[in-house]
Amino acid sequence: MQTTAVTSPEQIGSFTPLRAARRVKHVRPPLFILLPAAAVAAAMALPLVYLILRAAGAGGADLLFHTTVVQTLGRTLLLIVSVTAASIAIAVPIAWLTVRTDLPFRRFWGVVTVLPLVVPTYVGGFIIVVALGPRGMLQGLLENLFGVERIPDFYGFPGAMLTLTILSFPYVVFPVRAALWRLDPALEETSLGLGSSARTTFFRVTLPLLRPAILAGGLLVALYTLSDFGAVSLLQYETFTWSIFVQYESSLDRSLASFLSLMLVVVALGIVSLEAMSRGKSKYYRSTNGAVRPVSIVRLGLWRWPALALCASVGILALALPLGVLSYWTVRGVLAGEPLLLLWSAAQNSLLISGLAALVSVAAALPIAILAARHPGWTTSVLERMAFVGFALPGVVIALALVYFGAKFASPLYQTHALLVLAYLVLFLPAGLSATKASLLQVSPQLEEAAHSLGSSPFRVFSSITAPLARPGILAGGALVFLLTMKELPATLILGPIGFETLATSIWSATSEAFFAQAAAPALLLVLAASIPMAFLILRGHR
Amino acid sequence: MATAVRCTGVTKGFGKVQAVDNLDLEVVEGQILVLLGPSGCGKTTTLRLIAGFEQPEAGAVSVGGTLVAGPDVWVAPERRKVGMVFQDGALFPHLSVEQNVAYGLRQRDGRRGRVADVLRLVGMDDLSTRMPHELSGGQQQRLALARALAPGPDVLLLDEPFSNLDPRLRDQVRGDVLDILHTSRATAIFVTHDQEEALLLGDLVGVMQYGKLVQLGPPEEVFHRPASRFVAEFIGVADFVTGQVDGLGLVTEIGVLNTEDRLPHGVSGEVMLRPSDVTITQSDNGTGEVVDRVFKGTHYLYSIALPSGAVLHSLRDHSAYYRKGDRVAISLERDRTVTAFLKGQAPMSDGLGYPVLAHTEKSETQTS
Repeated sequence: MQTTAVTSPEQIGSFTPLRAARRVKHVRPPLFILLPAAAVAAAMALPLVYLILRAAGAGGADLLFHTTVVQTLGRTLLLIVSVTAASIAIAVPIAWLTVRTDLPFRRFWGVVTVLPLVVPTYVGGFIIVVALGPRGMLQGLLENLFGVERIPDFYGFPGAMLTLTILSFPYVVFPVRAALWRLDPALEETSLGLGSSARTTFFRVTLPLLRPAILAGGLLVALYTLSDFGAVSLLQYETFTWSIFVQYESSLDRSLASFLSLMLVVVALGIVSLEAMSRGKSKYYRSTNGAVRPVSIVRLGLWRWPALALCASVGILALALPLGVLSYWTVRGVLAGEPLLLLWSAAQNSLLISGLAALVSVAAALPIAILAARHPGWTTSVLERMAFVGFALPGVVIALALVYFGAKFASPLYQTHALLVLAYLVLFLPAGLSATKASLLQVSPQLEEAAHSLGSSPFRVFSSITAPLARPGILAGGALVFLLTMKELPATLILGPIGFETLATSIWSATSEAFFAQAAAPALLLVLAASIPMAFLILRGHR
Repeated sequence: MATAVRCTGVTKGFGKVQAVDNLDLEVVEGQILVLLGPSGCGKTTTLRLIAGFEQPEAGAVSVGGTLVAGPDVWVAPERRKVGMVFQDGALFPHLSVEQNVAYGLRQRDGRRGRVADVLRLVGMDDLSTRMPHELSGGQQQRLALARALAPGPDVLLLDEPFSNLDPRLRDQVRGDVLDILHTSRATAIFVTHDQEEALLLGDLVGVMQYGKLVQLGPPEEVFHRPASRFVAEFIGVADFVTGQVDGLGLVTEIGVLNTEDRLPHGVSGEVMLRPSDVTITQSDNGTGEVVDRVFKGTHYLYSIALPSGAVLHSLRDHSAYYRKGDRVAISLERDRTVTAFLKGQAPMSDGLGYPVLAHTEKSETQTS
């Protein structure tokens, strides 16, 4: 189906820099590419550098063993480990079922099980509270039917874990599905031919071959959980991001906030290096270059019913429930006379700022992607790594660093859209960059060389050959940044100019005060708007 | 004839590897040069240096009489009149056949007419609106050639253009391409690792090893009078017997080769023998023993073990037939060139270039 997809949704699962495999030019990169690339990379690294300098100045050694800090660390790690494990446990069977079996409506489930990515965690958290909370819709239903007046408290760990798992397991589904498509059927056939049963083959051949994909997806889930702000704050589970935000809001002394931010960075880097280490040195390439044979389809027989039940319950929890709850409360809100006018300006703001962020990211990603795809080397890899800084850093951290930086050194920029777009750029450039780079790598450098020797200037080669061929991937990168920006909350809250309301911030301010009817309409609109780039990404992946 | 391409002292390294090392070469207009060598010998880098995709560290390159690379001179690829044909064609996938050919032409060059002419030349005038993926492998390569020919380059550079085609198709496309090149009187440099292809295509064959051009000459010369043992072994099948010069000539275990007294006594070395040069005749006290026989259709290829343990090959037609274990006398075909590599002597065994001939009668009198 999508073995040759340039930037399908799988890109979401492959943020790690791709390596240029083909013969590349050994002529030095032109300055008109090198200089912008260096400028972008420097801007990307700025928040982290500033944060380190500041926290080092604050001197936080005594804070390290502070009970609250240790407790926050413990809660954060517990949440990361359980969400990642649960996501893998759900995602691997779903990926396998939707690629390798005769599950009824296989393609439908394939699409449904990645759609939760359009639901932001603060919307997910709000839905969980509304639906399953102590005085929520489930309790109301149970009370009407059976007179149940109390159901177990959902706040804290269970609610946060459920919300984050349901919303982030697609990050594992993507890479695992892609790996299953690429898997050489000859490997499994060899195992069967050597006398292993289908079950043994799955556990001894298929699963180990999927390990890099599972780890890559798990890394994304772990980082997503670590940087999440919406779900943990709505469900009142105090992790790093929430503590930092509370510190920032309530205290004038910002050294604790920056110290916590730095710890958060350390945890993020720990996760990234853990993934890199466990990936190990073994390679998982197909040994032959021959055309990929279609994978064989496993007949489920009676097992199709539990399989269908799994997919359906995930679909209901992750998609039907949010849409149902949001529609219900929107209608209730409208009937109760909730003003929709405010909604339009918030929606406009969301679309404009996300569009701007997408445009800027594509433009900023291009020079670095060209360097990475065409001029590998020492300088390139330094610049590329700098551009990837935001990949592991939570929005809260980036936003705080930019607030401090802006207030101190760039006060004209402070409280402007420019600084907000810069924060989005730092956060989401990696997404745009990997999509752009992957699509450039798919364009053979020989095509460019052929065009050169036919008399075209570097600019004409780019505009007539490279850009048209890489366009789908570049657009997909833009769509991904657009989607991520739409959903982004903490940086928007912290850096948004005064009075600047987006869908995300209006949902958050309504939900944090439990005005659910007020939050439902913007949330519904946000989910629908985010579905457009998502549909684009999914369609690309299936072409 | 004017020089189309000249390289003098061209050097290029990648890290610690010296990819091209002080290379000199010259191709005149209308000539076809084939650069041949094992992978990693620097042949593709040489091509890319001429095209301008790599910059030489030292030396000079000129194309069509214009200096394009040298000390303080650098002409970008797009300003060189060079046509490039890649292994997989590198056709622009988003452009039609016609648009691919037109890409290198400007409006004022009479683009439409030129496109039609070139497509007719490669026999693709009826396919002009197709997209590249709708073409067969052979058509794709012909289109790549047409696109490169269209702007009228001073030289065509073809990087293993046939290696992705299946063998049956390869012969045909090779023939087509050669015809097109001859018709358009183009100058061309091919790169290949296939020695058969090199002998077939080239007016000149250049053999490369470790970034150096070890021999440059007409195919016949490179085949029959290799400049080194490496060239001898790389092109065609070659066997070697050791020998030493004394009063009679070069004494080997298969007989004495006439050196016409041009070599100093006591020099030892090896003689290269091609299977087609070696004759065998049934003889109970012959020097060799048939150890293997392979049926090649038109011929048998015999493997003959010598007393020293060395093995020679002999290509015989069906008029004679030997079995494994048969003892055979070995002689050389009359008037064939064999080459000796003697220690301390120039690689071509004798100064005139024609090495010693061993006459059947003579070698038999020596062995019996």
